[in-house]
Amino acid sequence: MTTPSLPAERTTPVVLGGARAALWLFGTVLFSVALYYFIGVDQGATSVFGDNMYVHEFVHDARHFLGFPCH
Amino acid sequence: MERQFIARGMLAGALGGLLAFLFARIFAEPQIQRAIDYESGRDAAQSLLDKAAGLPVEAEGSDPFSRAVQGNLGIGVGMILFGVAMGGLFAVAYTLACGRVGNVRPRPLALLVALGGFLALYLVPFLKYPANPPAIGHEDTIRERSGLYLLMVGVSVVVLVGGVWLGQRLRARFTAWNAALLAALACAVVLGAVMLLLPSLGELKANVDQYGHHATETPLPLKDPQGRIVFPGFPADVLASFRLYSVAAQALLWATIGVAFAPLAERVLRRAPAGAAA
Ligand SMILES: [Zn+2]
Repeated sequence: MTTPSLPAERTTPVVLGGARAALWLFGTVLFSVALYYFIGVDQGATSVFGDNMYVHEFVHDARHFLGFPCH
Repeated sequence: MERQFIARGMLAGALGGLLAFLFARIFAEPQIQRAIDYESGRDAAQSLLDKAAGLPVEAEGSDPFSRAVQGNLGIGVGMILFGVAMGGLFAVAYTLACGRVGNVRPRPLALLVALGGFLALYLVPFLKYPANPPAIGHEDTIRERSGLYLLMVGVSVVVLVGGVWLGQRLRARFTAWNAALLAALACAVVLGAVMLLLPSLGELKANVDQYGHHATETPLPLKDPQGRIVFPGFPADVLASFRLYSVAAQALLWATIGVAFAPLAERVLRRAPAGAAA
């Protein structure tokens, strides 16, 4: 790609730059999915921090309201 | 450039989560409280029935957090962190979509990716397994319900990505308009078939064994041994409002992500020459 600065108003260029970029994207997906899991699933069907209900009970209302199965 | 997108996506997500939380605090919390009140009333009626029948009465479990904490702080933290997570996934999808989905300008692309996230991560799974307030959902089926819900989310994401890919392929033979319509139709057919194949929650084995055949786990009227109704079924209006507000909150969250990210992405793309990804 040698196109000098495509005007952003017209169209979007491919913006991925190599392995470092891929690593950042992968890390972000991992982080986001982990957050999603702790808010939506943990200590319901499965549990990471042992057999207590602290995470589940704390975000309980959000879990219901965001559409996750609960109780 | 991807790092700038990720930071901005998560920021937009946090903002969306905050707005969705304020919406939830005003509209959803009263419905959640009504559902919890229904649950307590029903439990009390059930223990009376159990006592009359000479059965052991189930002890109330104690909750580690008060309702005030759950309904203010807990739901706030939960919604904002959910927004951050969705913003992160959104940023990854946006970065990958740049330059790969036809002639779309940066701002409309942000709205399209947000629409995709709303559909695949929430609305399509909701059509099969809608959000439920407290008091709806049997303890014995939480594993299966979680598995089915996450399966539905996974299928929706795969079908959406497949649909975008198919749309790009079809553009070689059709106009962009027709290619998009055909790809959307293919997605709808696949998703419809999957929804037909997956079981309704009421038809899970544990539920059929205990309650007979029903479509959902929504509590029916509680009856005494003579068949008289001693406690009503779950209030329909509470359920309808809760679900409507749930959809509205997610729509608000994703719309905020798209609208807030759009101008930020445009500025990032304009600053950096194409191909010079940092
Ligand atoms: Zn619950």
